[in-house]
Amino acid sequence: MNIATRLLIEIQETTLLAARALRGIFKRPTYINETIAQMDVIGVGSLTIIMLTGFFTGGVLTLQTYPTLKYYGAQDQTGYLVALSLVRELGPVLSALMVTGRVGSAISAELGSMVVSQQIDAMRSLGTDPDRKLVMPRVIALVLMLPLLTVVADVVGICGGWTVATTLYGMAPGMFFSSVRQGITANDIFGGIIKPLVFGLLIAAVACRQGLKTEGGTVGVGRSTTTAVVTASIVVIITDFFLAKALQVLLDMPT
Amino acid sequence: MASAEVETPQPALHTNPNGGGISEEAAESTFQEVDDSDRIVPAIEFRDVHLGFDDRKVLNGLSFKVMKGETKIILGGSGCGKSTTIKLVLGLLKPDSGQILVDGEDITNHTEVEMMKVRKNIGMIFQEGALFDSLSVYDNVAYRLHEQGVPEAEVEEEVRRMLRFVNLEDAIDKMPIELSGGMRRRVGIARALVGGPGVVMFDEPTAGLDPPTARTICELAIKLRDLEDASSIFVTHEMNNLDYLTSEYAVVDDTGEIIYEKEGERLCLTNTKILMMRDGQVIFSGTDEELRKSSDTYINKFIRGY
Repeated sequence: MNIATRLLIEIQETTLLAARALRGIFKRPTYINETIAQMDVIGVGSLTIIMLTGFFTGGVLTLQTYPTLKYYGAQDQTGYLVALSLVRELGPVLSALMVTGRVGSAISAELGSMVVSQQIDAMRSLGTDPDRKLVMPRVIALVLMLPLLTVVADVVGICGGWTVATTLYGMAPGMFFSSVRQGITANDIFGGIIKPLVFGLLIAAVACRQGLKTEGGTVGVGRSTTTAVVTASIVVIITDFFLAKALQVLLDMPT
Repeated sequence: MASAEVETPQPALHTNPNGGGISEEAAESTFQEVDDSDRIVPAIEFRDVHLGFDDRKVLNGLSFKVMKGETKIILGGSGCGKSTTIKLVLGLLKPDSGQILVDGEDITNHTEVEMMKVRKNIGMIFQEGALFDSLSVYDNVAYRLHEQGVPEAEVEEEVRRMLRFVNLEDAIDKMPIELSGGMRRRVGIARALVGGPGVVMFDEPTAGLDPPTARTICELAIKLRDLEDASSIFVTHEMNNLDYLTSEYAVVDDTGEIIYEKEGERLCLTNTKILMMRDGQVIFSGTDEELRKSSDTYINKFIRGY
């Protein structure tokens, strides 16, 4: 099979898996407990790395842009620039990449080990559909949690930017936030929340698909984990470009 | 070659080809169960099943029947399609052609949703137990009941009953990681038997176990066959498993204890047949006595190891 055919089959199978998982979302059993447990693992569990990533990204943005802005005499716009970059791009994409690394790999490894040790077969033989019992809670948890994590990253990132601006560059504390408030529009925030919704779905679908198609023992688990993280990261970055363009058009942003 | 050797439906009880009769008590206790019209419908039937992965043919026209209450031992070397056969019964794989019937119902083209109903009546015991690592022994055994939303009091009663059946009630609160290989298999058996499935399938349940533990697993299979009236497929390549299952039977003695007795020289009471596979085909089907008398060189080599 050539690479184009394989790629098409992968896209088809991943889409079908997500569709199967989400089709019976309101059917019994609803697996609410599993979903809440996954939301805890994915959402609360990723808080620390998301906050660290956000804080230092905001900080470094200020660090790098303040001197340039000052050269043009526009240093009072630092807050606006940092907030816009974070809310529109860096918050959603960096959160998605961090979550891919932490959660996508875990999902793929866990499901892969279950395939290899025949636990998935056992589950099916005991009358449970693994697409609903295992995939659905993970997809829902990621779709719900990633936007929340992104908002956290945005807020902490702006705080990080403020900290650097006030401590290293001696900016007046109120100036940074007032430029943030004046610059950021509702559409920026809206767009910044649509993106992680889509990313969450993509990361979960790719990680679950790679995990469930694992074959070839423990080596296979390693391989599918790597594939899951690499594929999901690339998919996130490519999708981000097209989503950004689509949002520009849909939300009527200045181009 | 395969189709010629496929057996025809037979009554569940058979006599030794060397002759001899059936003792009165045995006849009484067994014949009550046998005299049942739906027994002529096999519990499992394969009709000319073919299956291949990529270029490799795994099953090449496999046909056989497992009657109600019968234990069918599937013998064969590694890679001859034994485990694949079991997966086909559960619908975990689909055949390329041919028909598979469970309790007379053609499951060949069943969807996953339709298969879920069929699987309710099948208990599957996996090679390494395949316990859910994240769940305790209790939750593993209770899995099917929890999924069905059975009240917790009933669940606990049933779980304890099943764990007593495999003699592991003490391990109820342990996690699978804390169990030995033999214990894991027994928990796997308890999990598969919850809900009293009519068909039980063992996929090399004694592989890698020490002889006494392997013997315990075989005793459980004998107990299921003789006291619970389950039909089963027992995949193995270990000849001592075959000896236990074909020569011993379980009875309940006066004190209510289960004891295992060896069948006599002239009498064959055990409802166990053997199917031998090679390269995805049936090369032998019959009783253990017939197997031992076979003149086929491959079969002889398999039985004796040389």
